[in-house]
Amino acid sequence: MSDTSLRAWLLADAPASRAQARAAAWYAGWLKLRGNTLAMAGLVVLVLLILAALLAPLLATQDPFVQDLGARLKPPGWEGHIFGTDSLGRDIWSRIVYGARISLYIVALVALVAPLLGLIIGTVAGYMGGIIDVALMRFTDIFLAFPRLILALAFVAALGAGIENAVLAISLTAWPPYARIARAETLTIRNSDFIHAIKLQGAGPLRIITRHVWPLCISSLVIRVTLDMAGIILTAAGLGFLGLGAQPPSPEWGAMVSEGRKYILDYWWVATIPGLAIFTISLAFNLLGDGLRDVLDPKEAGQ
Amino acid sequence: MTSLLDVENLRVTFPTRSGSFEAVRGISFSLGRERLGIVGESGSGKSMTGRAILKLIRKPGIVTADRMQMGGTDLLTASEREMRRIRGRHASMIMQDPKFSLNPVMTVGSQITEALLTHEKLSRAEARKRAVAMLDAVAIRDPERVMSLYPHEVSGGMGQRIMIAMMLIPNPEILIADEPTSALDVSVQLQVLEIMDKLVTDRGMGLIFISHDLNLVSNFCDRILIMYAGRIVEVCQAGKLHEAKHPYTIGLLNSVPDLEHPRPRLDALQRDPAWREAPSVSALT
Repeated sequence: MSDTSLRAWLLADAPASRAQARAAAWYAGWLKLRGNTLAMAGLVVLVLLILAALLAPLLATQDPFVQDLGARLKPPGWEGHIFGTDSLGRDIWSRIVYGARISLYIVALVALVAPLLGLIIGTVAGYMGGIIDVALMRFTDIFLAFPRLILALAFVAALGAGIENAVLAISLTAWPPYARIARAETLTIRNSDFIHAIKLQGAGPLRIITRHVWPLCISSLVIRVTLDMAGIILTAAGLGFLGLGAQPPSPEWGAMVSEGRKYILDYWWVATIPGLAIFTISLAFNLLGDGLRDVLDPKEAGQ
Repeated sequence: MTSLLDVENLRVTFPTRSGSFEAVRGISFSLGRERLGIVGESGSGKSMTGRAILKLIRKPGIVTADRMQMGGTDLLTASEREMRRIRGRHASMIMQDPKFSLNPVMTVGSQITEALLTHEKLSRAEARKRAVAMLDAVAIRDPERVMSLYPHEVSGGMGQRIMIAMMLIPNPEILIADEPTSALDVSVQLQVLEIMDKLVTDRGMGLIFISHDLNLVSNFCDRILIMYAGRIVEVCQAGKLHEAKHPYTIGLLNSVPDLEHPRPRLDALQRDPAWREAPSVSALT
C-alpha cells in the first residue's frame, strides 16, 4: 500500500472494519500529538535516551567502570573523552550512556508498581466505603504528609541501599496520589446503573472491583503516570545523590553528581554533565506527559 | 396458587436530619406466576419496593417487614452472601436506561456470559452458546456479531433487549422490571414489551412491572397495584381498571387523554391528604 492511500485509509470518514476504526483512532491521536511541538521534542529526546540505553555498549567509547588514575579530572574533549573524565579517570560519556539504563529501569518499575498499588487501595476504599474507606484514606493521608524524598529516604534506610530497594521506596511514596484519583473515579462509578445491574445478577465486591471498576479507572491513572515520570527520575536521582540509591561503581546519574560535588569549583563538568542529563530527561518526560495527557484524556478530547 | 414471593408490611425508611422519611409505608403483596403491575406517580415508592425485595436499598435506607419470603428463603434474615446467590439466580431486575446499565468498557458478550459463569458451572464455549441463543430469543439479528460489540455501538432498543437477555439468562423465577421502556422510543417500547411478555409466559416466571403508564400496565399485566405516598391504595384486575373505585385511581385515569372519549380539558389530579393516612390495601392472594 502506498503512502497516500494508507493515509486515506486511516482518515476515512466511514471505516469499513473495527480494525480500521481502531487504527484511525490511534492515527488521529498521533496527529494530535505531532501537532504539539514541545511534546514532540520531549518524545525525540526520550526515543534517543531509550536508544542510548539499548545501544549503550556500542555508543560508549570506553568501559564505564575502567579507572585510569593518570587521566583523572580531564576536561571535556580531552583525548577522545567527549565529556571529560571523573575523579577516578572514568569516561563520563560512557557512564552517562550506561546510566540511562538505570534511570529507565527505575522509572519503568516504579511506573508499574505505584499506580497498581494506588489502584488497589483507591478502588477498595472507594467501593467499600464506610470504615474501610476512612481507614485506607487516612493511611494515604499519612503517606502524603511526608515530603516524598524524606519518606523514600526512610524506606531505603530501613530496607538497605540498592536499586531494587530504591524502586520499592519510590513506589511506596508515589502511590497516594494514584489512590486518591482511583477513589474519586470509583465513587462516581459505583453508583452508576451498570454496577447496580451486575449486583442484581449476584456479583460480589471482588468481581465488581476487579472486572468493572478497574478498567474504567485506568485511563485517568495512565494520564497521571505520564506526568509523574519526571518526579520519579528526580526522586531516584535524589536518592542516588544521597548515596542511598544505586551503589558505586554503578553509573547512576544522581550518584555521579554527588561524586562531582567535591570538585565542582575546579572541575565543573564532573557534576554538571550528569546534572544536565537528569534535567534533560525530566524536562522531556514532562513535555511528553503534557502532550500525552491532551491526547489520552477523553474528558478533554472534545475541547 | 403457589406464590413465589410474599411480602407483609414492608417499610423502607430513610433517616434524615429532620426525622426519618418513609418511602414505602407498610405494604403487603404476594406474587404468583403472574404479571403484577405497580403504578403510581413519581415518588410513590414503586421503585423502592422493587429494590427492597432484592435488598438493594442504598445506605442509609433501612428495610423492615413482618415477612418477606421468596421461595423457601426468608429474605429478611438472608446474609449478603445468600442475597448474592438469590440475585440473578432467583430474581433479577431490568433497569430503566440501557445507556447507563451496561458497562461501557465491556463487550455485550462478556457481560452476558459473566453472570452465567458465576452462577453455573459451565465452560466458556457453552456459556457463549447460551448467550447467543438468548440474544436470539430477544429478537436480535446476527447475535454472533452483537456479542463482540460494545454498548455504545448498539441502539437504545437493542441495549434494553440485551439488558433483558442479561437478566433472563440465569433463568430467574422472578423478574422485576423497573420502567423498562421509559427510556425508549414509543415505536420500540411495544416491541421490547412483547419480547419480555413472551419470555415471561414461556418460562412461567413471576413478573413485577413497575411503571407510571396506566394504559401500558393495564394492557400488559394481570393484576395492578396502585401506589400513592408509599402505600397501596387500590388493587385491581387489569381488565377491570375502569371499574376502579379509589378517587386517586380515577384521577389518574382521567388525567390520561383518551381517543374514544375526547375531552376539551384533561382533569388535573386533586390529591386528598386523607389518602396519605389511609391504611394500605393488602394485595396478598
